[in-house]
Formats: sequence, C-alpha cells, structure tokens
Amino acid sequence: MSLAHRIIPCLDTDGERVVKGVNFVALRDAGDPVALARRYNSEGADELVVLDIAASRDRRPTFLETIRKVATELAIPLTAGGGIRTLDDARAVVRAGADKITVNTAAVLRPGLISELSEEFGSQAVVLAIDAKRDVECWRVMTTGGRVSTDLEAISWATKGAELGAGEILLTSVDRDGTQSGFDVALTAAISKEVMVPVIASGGARWPQHFAEIFCEGAADAALAASIFHDAIQSIRPLKEFLASQNIQVRLPC
Amino acid sequence: MNISLLDYGAGNLPSVERALQRLSAKTERISTSASVAKASALILPGVGHYGALMRALDRDGLRQSLIAALERGVPFLGICLGLQALFQKSEEAPDLQGLQILPGSVRVISGAVKLPHMGWDQVQSKGASRLLNGIDSGAYFYFAHSYAVPRIGEDLTPETRATCSYGFEFVAVTEKENIFAVQFHPEKSGDAGQRVLENFLRIAA
Repeated sequence: MSLAHRIIPCLDTDGERVVKGVNFVALRDAGDPVALARRYNSEGADELVVLDIAASRDRRPTFLETIRKVATELAIPLTAGGGIRTLDDARAVVRAGADKITVNTAAVLRPGLISELSEEFGSQAVVLAIDAKRDVECWRVMTTGGRVSTDLEAISWATKGAELGAGEILLTSVDRDGTQSGFDVALTAAISKEVMVPVIASGGARWPQHFAEIFCEGAADAALAASIFHDAIQSIRPLKEFLASQNIQVRLPC
Repeated sequence: MNISLLDYGAGNLPSVERALQRLSAKTERISTSASVAKASALILPGVGHYGALMRALDRDGLRQSLIAALERGVPFLGICLGLQALFQKSEEAPDLQGLQILPGSVRVISGAVKLPHMGWDQVQSKGASRLLNGIDSGAYFYFAHSYAVPRIGEDLTPETRATCSYGFEFVAVTEKENIFAVQFHPEKSGDAGQRVLENFLRIAA
C-alpha cells in the first residue's frame, strides 16, 4: 500500500482552445478544454493541467474564464499556469479555481517568485515547471516555451526550486516533447532522485510501456501527456489497468 | 439546510463550495463570530500554513464562537488543516494553540518519503465511520500536506475512524459526536470524495 502513481492529461491552450504542436512549435487546434476536462474527469484522470501557452496579456481574461469553466467540471485537482509572472497573476488563477499554479520562465528570471507563491498559497500549491534539453554534459534549462537557453543546469535548478518552496516539479524533456518516442528516463531519474519533492514527467509519451518505464526506471511520481489522450490514441482507464498489471500502484477503480 | 463555509482565505474554499453545489447543497460563506454562532452546519476548509489558520481564528473571537458551536452540537466538517485545527497544537507553528477538541498533536511527516504527501493514497478503515459509510477500506483519496497527526504506539485515539500510512501512520478520518474531520480533500477526491460529502450532508440534514 502506497501513494498511487498519477496520470495527468495536459491541456495546452491558446487561452481559449486546446492547441498542440511538436517540440513546442507548429500549433494546431485540438479541441474544447471544457469538453476534454469533463471527459478526463470521468475517465479516471488523477489530476488535470491547463496551460496558457500563448500567455499574452490581452488574452488573459479569456484564459481565466477557461479555468473557471474547467474547474466547474472537475472533482480532481486542477493545476494552471502559463504567463504567471507575479503574485497577482497567481491570485487571479487561484481565484478562478486552480488548486495549484505552475511557474516557469518568470521563476528563472526571478527565483524569489517561488518563495512568494509558497508563502501565500503553501508549497503544495506551487509547481515549478522546468523545460530541460540535453546539452553536452548536462540538461540545460530552457525558457519561453523551450526556445531560449539559460545558464541553469536542470538538476541544480530543481533542487533550488524545491528549497525556495516549490512543492512539485513538472519536468518536460524538450527533446522528447511531441515526438511520442518515450519519456526521458535518464533525465527524470536524475532529478527525481535528487529532489525531495514529487516529480511529474512530461514529454514523449506514446505507449503504455512508456508510462511503466517512467514510473519504474525514471522514479517519476506522476506522468503527464497531452495529444495521445486528446486524440484517443491512449485512454486513461485501460492505461491504468495495464500499469496495475505490471504491479505499478495506480488509483483503481477510478 | 444551509452549509456555512468558514472563509478565512483558504484557497480550497471555492472547490469545496463547487463540490457541495454539485450535490445540490445550499452554501454560504461566513467569516464573523456572529455568523458562526448562527450556523446550523459548519465546514472549515483549509490548505496552506497552520499558523495562518490559527491566527485567523484568533481574530474577532472566531475561536470562541467556533468552540461554542462544536459544544452546542452543530454538525462540523474539518478538511485538511480543518482537521489539524481540532488537535492540541502543531509543529508547523509551535507557539500557537489548536482548538484542543481532540487529544494529540500535529507533526511533520517523517520517514524516507518525499514531501509534500501529494496525490492519491489509500485510507484504511479503523472501525465504523459515518463519513465513510458506503466506501470500501483501501479507497483512494487526494492528499496535499506535509503535516499530520501520527498514531502513537499501538493505540489510536478512539475518535480515529481511518488512517493512512505515508512516512508514518496518521489520522485520515476522525469523528466525535457532531465533529467530523478528514486529512484528505474530499472536494478533489472524485467519486469517493463526493460520497464523503454526501454522507456529511445527510448527517447535517
């Protein structure tokens, strides 16, 4: 008996519609966030993430309205983020119905934001999203939707983020994102074994075996995927049944 | 029947409200000792820091009116920090007193585990529970916390109705007459959580 490994669908939105792309580019429409949220809630998702990947100021009210509508559909936790730069941005997202907020680029630019959020909402509500890309001798932290390289190395940034008050790390492999070639097991294991907070692995999922690998060898606490769920290539309940058959703890029945 | 949600600024209050409204319950947010005194059923939601909750209860005489309501027999449901508040004190804010309705103290979860305890975990029944009526022992609920009330030695306090084990074994559900509390978040715990809230609504009706 132990904590269940979580399966988390992710809705990348332009504020209003779910969009998808490969390696963070070439976006196309993938559906209505509210309809997808309803479906995942009933199919046994353990949590839902909704991101505003456009994160433009003038679309903000639209995104908050999306969060409100999605939250109404859910009896599971909701994480929201994309473009959160200040405590006020985070308050608006929480007020709209998010249980957790995720920060990425703004935290790299100003790490103190993590502490501010953690003091206001508690560390259980603060998710540090890290986009990592394999470099010569390390994993490099990328910002701005995976396009801009930084001086930060992913393992030490994750450790620092947890020290500053992040209660969870959402770790995306920029190399694997959208490729459906499997999660980055080495990256995830390196970070999960180093930090003392839960790690959500993201980027590259396609087959049930990929999820089994990331939980067993990657030591991930949760696994996130987007298009394979949106396109019904993989549905959540059969995926969990497969994992249970591999003796991986998941929440069933759900 | 109106369910009064004690609003001290907790982030999960809207979620609790939405979950109750899905069950067709009528809810109101209250924040003054006068409204606590008039409440016919009370829910204390809570996430975040124990100190923030206890300091909020010490404003405007809320603590006294809450204790009076509990003693008067008003059906009460504490969620997460709302459970922890019922005990003597917490390591998270050692200088502050809890409501001291139940014996035992809140401690940081210890053992070779990651914190926060975040996600879906199994709850083991420890005797007949009105809140868990119709729910199998071993059902999953959603937790998000780093502090809990540990089981000490062999004995569980008689009010403990279910426990969860993560780092150490701790109180997941406690019931004492009109006072009910859960360490997990029923508002985020899918069908099982909805059932817990339904059971509370039935008790409060």
